[in-house]
Amino acid sequence: MSGNVADSAVSPTTPAQTIPADLSGQMLELDEDDDLEVFSKDTTNTDGRSFSASMQTSPGSMINQYKFDEEEEEEDPGAKDLFITVDNPESHITTIETFITYRVVTKTTRSEFDSSEYEVRRRYQDFLWLRGRLEEAHPTLIVHPLPEKFVMKGMVERFNDDFIETRRRALHRFLNRIAEHPILSCNEDLKVFLSAQAWELASHKKQGPGFLSRMGETVRAVAASVRGVKNRPEEFNSIQEYVESFSQKMTSLDRITQRIVKEEREYLEEMKEYAPTYTLWSGSEEELAEPLKGVANCLDRCFQETEGQVRQLSDCLAPTLHEYVLSTDTLKAVLRRRDNMQAELEAKNEVLAAKRADRDADPRERGVVWQSLLGKNPEEARQQRQQRLAGEIDELKEEIDKLEDRVEWANNALKGDWNRWQRSMRSDLKDAFVSTAQKNVDYYEKCLSVWESFLLSMRADVGGVDQQAGGDS
Amino acid sequence: MADAQREDAAETDTPNANDAQEKTTNSTMVEDSSTTLLKRMEITVAEAEKRTGKKAVNMQETYTVYLIETRPSSAVNEGQSVAPDALWRRYSEFELLRNYLLVTYPFIVVPPLPEKRAEFVWHKLSADNMDPDFVERRRVGLETFLLRVASHPVMSNDKIFYHFLMQERGWKEVVYDTGFQAKADSRLRALNATFRVKNPDKRFMEMKHYSDELQSITSQLLRARARVADRLYGVYKVHGNYGRVFSEWSAIEKEMGDGLQSAGHHMDAYAASIDDILEEEEHYADQIKEYLFFAEALRAVCRKHELSQYELETASLDLTSKKLQREELATGIVRTFSFKGMTTKLFGQETADQREARLKLLEEQIVEGEETVREKTAECEEHVHSGWEDMQRFKEQKDRDLREAFINYAYMQMSMCKKGIQMWSNAKECFSKM
Repeated sequence: MSGNVADSAVSPTTPAQTIPADLSGQMLELDEDDDLEVFSKDTTNTDGRSFSASMQTSPGSMINQYKFDEEEEEEDPGAKDLFITVDNPESHITTIETFITYRVVTKTTRSEFDSSEYEVRRRYQDFLWLRGRLEEAHPTLIVHPLPEKFVMKGMVERFNDDFIETRRRALHRFLNRIAEHPILSCNEDLKVFLSAQAWELASHKKQGPGFLSRMGETVRAVAASVRGVKNRPEEFNSIQEYVESFSQKMTSLDRITQRIVKEEREYLEEMKEYAPTYTLWSGSEEELAEPLKGVANCLDRCFQETEGQVRQLSDCLAPTLHEYVLSTDTLKAVLRRRDNMQAELEAKNEVLAAKRADRDADPRERGVVWQSLLGKNPEEARQQRQQRLAGEIDELKEEIDKLEDRVEWANNALKGDWNRWQRSMRSDLKDAFVSTAQKNVDYYEKCLSVWESFLLSMRADVGGVDQQAGGDS
Repeated sequence: MADAQREDAAETDTPNANDAQEKTTNSTMVEDSSTTLLKRMEITVAEAEKRTGKKAVNMQETYTVYLIETRPSSAVNEGQSVAPDALWRRYSEFELLRNYLLVTYPFIVVPPLPEKRAEFVWHKLSADNMDPDFVERRRVGLETFLLRVASHPVMSNDKIFYHFLMQERGWKEVVYDTGFQAKADSRLRALNATFRVKNPDKRFMEMKHYSDELQSITSQLLRARARVADRLYGVYKVHGNYGRVFSEWSAIEKEMGDGLQSAGHHMDAYAASIDDILEEEEHYADQIKEYLFFAEALRAVCRKHELSQYELETASLDLTSKKLQREELATGIVRTFSFKGMTTKLFGQETADQREARLKLLEEQIVEGEETVREKTAECEEHVHSGWEDMQRFKEQKDRDLREAFINYAYMQMSMCKKGIQMWSNAKECFSKM
């Protein structure tokens, strides 16, 4: 799993947006055919939020302790005992490759950590590995998304400063969400990730379930998904439906936001040409020189404010929306994995039923002819068969019991995490939109005062000659 | 209405008294000169209407006519409701009037007409002459033109102009009867020719240079502004999509539904608000455009001075040369080259009679020439004087008007900001309820 894949070819610049000639009152339609595919094709990189009560590793004991009701679980903020920051990106150049590492600083009072402070450097690959391990260990918990490996549209340069900074922030959020999760934060691999030196981590990565066992899991999963789940509980159906819709909405919002950023950047480009014409003009004038310079100055200052406002969109709102787009992939994967577990259970139950039917069946109808052909005593053969079946049935029953526990725990885990996810989703998106709206208000207020001070200076010159009071709305 | 000319207005007119609700900025047109037509009469271009008529060769054409209304200003001031005199004119008649004024008052900076075709268009604006927004803005421009002429100390007294305002039929014939067309053609030809002037008035040359700069910079400004407007339009309109998606999203949410729904409405309102904002800005653009075209008129005055000066210089040179010839003939000393001299040398002396005849002719020509030079000198001096005076008047007008325009522009920007503040504050409140 090399994290160092060369950037895939950047798609050609967006075809001209379809702006119809007469748009009075209508809005710009988003060009639905735009190739806005920015998802990494790595399917293990699915994301979500997790939010559940404390859990231990044994399924049986977990059911009793797990709270999955709908009530708000207030996590005591004072109980936060794991603080992580991701910062200080640095470039590393070797003969084979160039990559970026980030400094990960951990401060904790948890007893399972040997020390209370750690500082390590990690690269994106390491984060990918960690997330993969977390999902493996907890297939029906919702793990927060990672930023994508690479972006097809827009940014080309993997080592571009903006890209690195956006990624750094996303990685920081990722680790913090994990740290806040009662179950995931106790994960052993997380501990290693946060504390081990580079070579220690490398050797640790090599351990763990081998390739073949993972293959086995995948095969089972595929088989199960082919089989399909027969009796999905209604609540998961409604979650599924919601996730579908929500995914579409988030994708749209993400796209709209990107589009706004793009339009604003083009607006800024044109402003760069416009403002200087006033300055140029002032060179030819006497009386008008001051007003002209004043206007130029206002335009320049508004230009700067606009830059700030665009930054807010692209640094805050867009990444948040994008994370939730990625998040829906995680949700879908989690639902799928839960379904697969249930499908497996259903399959085993079918086998059990078949075997029981077999056991209770009329001996004459089954295998006796076959056995007698082999020269066995029919009565003996029947008893042998009954014994064998009984053994198989017992074995199956044990497996099924375990599976049932597992499925029940998985369902509860998912439900709990689902509630947790919903709460954070509401809170995250609300915060993002509120702060965007606030930033826009601030932006317009600053621009307003810029023009107000220009007007004041104009009035001061002439001493009150002001004929257009009707401009105020 | 008959004695409109006799009535004295005691106070200044508000030329745009009827424009209170409209976004024109004709308020700067008040002139201090006490005899301008504007003082005595209120002029408006009130309406525009489409007409169809027959052009030559049996073709139908559709054109727009504009209603010019006039009212004695004293009546307005006293609050009497007097029915205005009114007549309809189309754009080509305005053009004719302006051409007449250009020829008749060559040293006045004649106000420009609004553009014939829409230029500096950004994508929303139609370039179609029949487009209602274009027609409306043209109506305003035509009114501005009339008001400027009516408030000019010299042009406002022109009879043709008065007839233009008052007499619908037969006006064209009256204009043509002045014979201005011939003069116009010859002047045009002369102006377009290249000629070199030895001693143009320095101030005029500076003005010419300034007019070139003004033309260049204002067209650059207008082009850039149109592009900025186009982009800004895009930014606002995309926000409308937020409205749509918020509305759809609110359908699948319980707690967030209301907040999202109402936030979406504010996004729609925000997207819609750009239309009015940019329409208002068009009026600002029109004010700058007027001065782009004024720059051309200013340049024309300078060119006419050059022509006038050139004609004077030519006449002087001619006179000098003739005087020299006379001297030679009289004294026999040839200093200048002439074909007559050459042929005389080659083919023999001319007779005394012939010489006598030639001298007499030259004397006559010299007298004529001196007269011409006197005339041209006077003409030139007069033109320099009145031209310079009018250019000063123009400069002051320009400084006033444009200063006003920039203040307007600031008010427009502030209005846009206030709307933005309001809408995003509302949106923020809705988001907080999510």
